[in-house]
Amino acid sequence: MKVLVAVKRVVDYNVKVRAKADGSDVDLNNVKMAINPFCEIAVEEAVRLKEAGVATEVVAVSVGPKACQEQLRTALALGADRAIQVEVEGSVEPLVVAKLLKGVVEKEAPQLVILGKQSIDGDNNQTGQMLGALTNMAQGTFASEVKVDGDSVNVTREIDGGLQTVKLKLPAIVTTDLRLNEPRYASLPNIMKAKKKPLDVLTADDLGVAISSHVTQLRVEPPAERQAGIKVEDVAQLVDKLKNEAKVIA
Amino acid sequence: MSTLVLAEHDNASLKAATLSAVAAASQMGGDVHVLVAGADCSAAAEAAAAVSGVSKVLVADNAAYEHQLAENVSLLVAELAAGYDNVVAAATSAAKNTLPRVAALLDVAQISEIMSVESADTFKRPIYAGNVIATVQSSDAKKVITVRATSFDAVAAEGGSAAIEAVASVHDAGISTFVGEEVAVSDRPELTAASVVISGGRGMQNGENFKLLDGIADKLNAAIGASRAAVDAGFVPNDMQVGQTGKIVAPELYIAVGISGAIQHLAGMKDSKVIVAINKDEDAPIFQVADYGLVADLFSALPELEAAI
Repeated sequence: MKVLVAVKRVVDYNVKVRAKADGSDVDLNNVKMAINPFCEIAVEEAVRLKEAGVATEVVAVSVGPKACQEQLRTALALGADRAIQVEVEGSVEPLVVAKLLKGVVEKEAPQLVILGKQSIDGDNNQTGQMLGALTNMAQGTFASEVKVDGDSVNVTREIDGGLQTVKLKLPAIVTTDLRLNEPRYASLPNIMKAKKKPLDVLTADDLGVAISSHVTQLRVEPPAERQAGIKVEDVAQLVDKLKNEAKVIA
Repeated sequence: MSTLVLAEHDNASLKAATLSAVAAASQMGGDVHVLVAGADCSAAAEAAAAVSGVSKVLVADNAAYEHQLAENVSLLVAELAAGYDNVVAAATSAAKNTLPRVAALLDVAQISEIMSVESADTFKRPIYAGNVIATVQSSDAKKVITVRATSFDAVAAEGGSAAIEAVASVHDAGISTFVGEEVAVSDRPELTAASVVISGGRGMQNGENFKLLDGIADKLNAAIGASRAAVDAGFVPNDMQVGQTGKIVAPELYIAVGISGAIQHLAGMKDSKVIVAINKDEDAPIFQVADYGLVADLFSALPELEAAI
């Protein structure tokens, strides 16, 4: 079984991102970039499926400028067999990413596509579901457990208030949530080996997709600042403030 | 202008998040209709008809929609969307699962988790886990939008008298089935829905000490969370994590115990109405966002707090 896993290059989660002073966009000059945490979990899951003998090949794909090859190399170092970069300039909307991934799905015919549930930059949480609709595949979003069983997969999903398990016909889509696994660290030998693994580059034209734009970002701004409050002397004063000033406890 | 709101419900009752979605839809202008897609869901439909500001309720009552599988419900919503300018839902796990499929079927973008309606086509939404607020304008004739429920004051659940209309369309994609559900057995509210959250950090020192939070959580009907540091240290499971890569919460009261206040944690809780920090390090960054800071050893402060409330 072939597994396709999508990865995105994003700002490292430890970086505090700020709006530029003129409000035109976020300031991403010289910030550390990394593989999106949820995508890292997706790669780990795909590699574990291979180690368990369920998957035979893991193909990592990223939609982005040339720099995203760095994150594809990370995926290869974590255990993916080969990589595909779909070259686009600038940022593209989730719907376009889903269309490009659909093109890759048609070329590669994977039985399972694993994506992160959302990227920590745009926070859209859309691409996996959109890919599901475009390819008419079933989806197990926000997965905390994935069990392949013959020609179907059982996915346990994190839903509001608990867990839900669905059975999906293969080929299917899975999007990862935090509890699915704990990604490994790439070892130095594996990082060296990853440099020699194949990495193909495709364009939107190759996949027959027109890059469209549906949403314009007019401006960005920092969120309303929180005022630092006061220091209380002791627990008694704290409880008194909560009861009588903030009125949040009875 | 007209908007279709996809109801959040469990067939028997309408979930409160729907009231916030209706509030957002009302701000977009025009008629607001609500779709209840489920099985044996007439009680939820009747509740939707009573919601203030709703002029019509569509009910798709069929076994295919019983568990609101995204593959089936998205086909129904995409079909019904033909008659509307906007499709809106509260950003619950069910709607986050379904609505992007609807958008893709309609070949339009989805605008996720809006915090405000600026005009008919312009909205504010948080990006980078709320560190930045973006104002975005949609050029799609038909808009698919999820709404951050904590950002819109719920409309009244009573007072409306909308007509209820049955929808006959049955869409069963036949590619997914419901196997089972494990809804949390805890008596405590869910982290993202709780009005009070108490979280522990690395300062808790080990998982056993998280029990110190239990008594306070019981008294305040609070959910218990944790910082990433506490999760990474193995004190508690991942699903308790509040932060940029964990759960985003905005309760009435957030109590951070032994949490230094790393950026990644602040991103997950700084929209809380009142923040309390208890930490023995008076220079901890958490105090910069706390309304009430208590510089104290948590091992003495927690039992005192439990006794005092």
